[in-house]
Amino acid sequence: MSRKVVVTGVGATTPLAGNAKETWEAILAGKSGIRTMPYEWAETVAVHFAGTVAVEPLDAGLAPAKARRLDRGEQLALVCSREAWDDAGAPEIDKTRLGVVFATGIGGITSALAQYDILLKDGPKRVSPMTVPMLMPNGPAAWVGLEFGAQAGVHTPVSACASGAEAVAWGARMIQDGRADVVIAGGTEAALHALTISAFASMRALSTRNDDPATASRPYDTSRDGFVMAEGAACLILESEEHAKARGAQVYAVWGGAGMTSDGHDIAQPHPEGAGAIRAIAAALADSNLAQSDITHVNAHATSTPLGDKAEALALRTALGSHAENVLVSATKSMTGHLLGGAGAIESVFSVLAIRDRVAPPTINLQDQEPGLGIDVVANVKRDLPAGDVAVLNNSFGFGGHDVAVIFKSE
Amino acid sequence: MTDQEILDALRSIVSEIAGIDEAAIDADKSFVDDLDIDSLSMVEIAMEMDSKLGVGIPDEELKNIKTVGDAIAYVKANS
Repeated sequence: MSRKVVVTGVGATTPLAGNAKETWEAILAGKSGIRTMPYEWAETVAVHFAGTVAVEPLDAGLAPAKARRLDRGEQLALVCSREAWDDAGAPEIDKTRLGVVFATGIGGITSALAQYDILLKDGPKRVSPMTVPMLMPNGPAAWVGLEFGAQAGVHTPVSACASGAEAVAWGARMIQDGRADVVIAGGTEAALHALTISAFASMRALSTRNDDPATASRPYDTSRDGFVMAEGAACLILESEEHAKARGAQVYAVWGGAGMTSDGHDIAQPHPEGAGAIRAIAAALADSNLAQSDITHVNAHATSTPLGDKAEALALRTALGSHAENVLVSATKSMTGHLLGGAGAIESVFSVLAIRDRVAPPTINLQDQEPGLGIDVVANVKRDLPAGDVAVLNNSFGFGGHDVAVIFKSE
Repeated sequence: MTDQEILDALRSIVSEIAGIDEAAIDADKSFVDDLDIDSLSMVEIAMEMDSKLGVGIPDEELKNIKTVGDAIAYVKANS
């Protein structure tokens, strides 16, 4: 029997706010964090808008000398991990029992590209010695580990848009396996650049609704036309129940379990019936010792792409059986946009706060739901979760065919 | 350049890279022991000295630059 894991702290910096509390308030109020990008290149590329962070890292207490050594994604990871650590009560613990699992989908690509510009303009001798620590995908995990002196292990799963959820799953596993008592688990992404926007646009993956950014992310709507890129970071403090109880920590929610599978189907397209997702959800239920009927709310992956949203709805119907119609399904990317490697982490934070507050957040911009999905989408206005025990399923899928489902439950 | 002019330039460079108050940077201060500057920041400081003072420090010389005073002496001797 593996050890019970609980969530004792949360942190986030997102397009909606500079911390988890205000982000959650904005989510429940149905606000959009999507705007025209404040960059001079924004109108030179196909898509002019994104979810840029509401609070710049330098305005969130990061010292300038520290910030200049960090890629923007690393800066955001540090900001949200400090918040989560304080939220958990800044515990005094044995650092050999503290771990970090922090994901990114892409890594420090904007730093790499900025140094490439310097290489071309000023020559090879001007390339910064911080380039490698800034571009390496394990950089955010490493800096968070250094910040708190973590010595139980520092890890970085990379599975595109499923990365953040994988980080949470592996973080819980570190505690269940006895390698750590406390783990900072999350994900970060700050990859907004003319190249990345152009690259995703070239795949025909992005919404091009330049005339109305705030309504561009519209999961499950018949007029959805692609996902909306965003930046941000989020994390959880995971802790063994024994350790949390011994120090009298607050407990937001209990870790249920995880299922991680792969489609084996296509590099970019989801499996049309969501076969990998179905197996991931089933595995997450089994790992959690829960039945289909125990799931009360789903924070869906639902990125607002025509194929992806439909395949996930099909997967939910199959994986949850006839109970699927009773589950409140929310697509919070309608408000945050898609944080890529941070998505599974911020949506895990939302799942945990949904349990604490017993509420399912809204799915905004949903005026004309695609018929025949067979799921109960929480359209436009938040809804209460039922009384009694609740369990929340958070799905995350990534280019490459990665399927990750994680479950949290009430105490 | 006088010693004071070089020190002022170094204060500006080191302060920006390492986030140290310029007033705390003096000729007798050790980069590693007093100013807590790591090896990658030391490389950045050398790059900025090359850019702003026109004096590059080769890698084999950089390891001999222990204090701010060593850096001032190197710039004087090589500018």
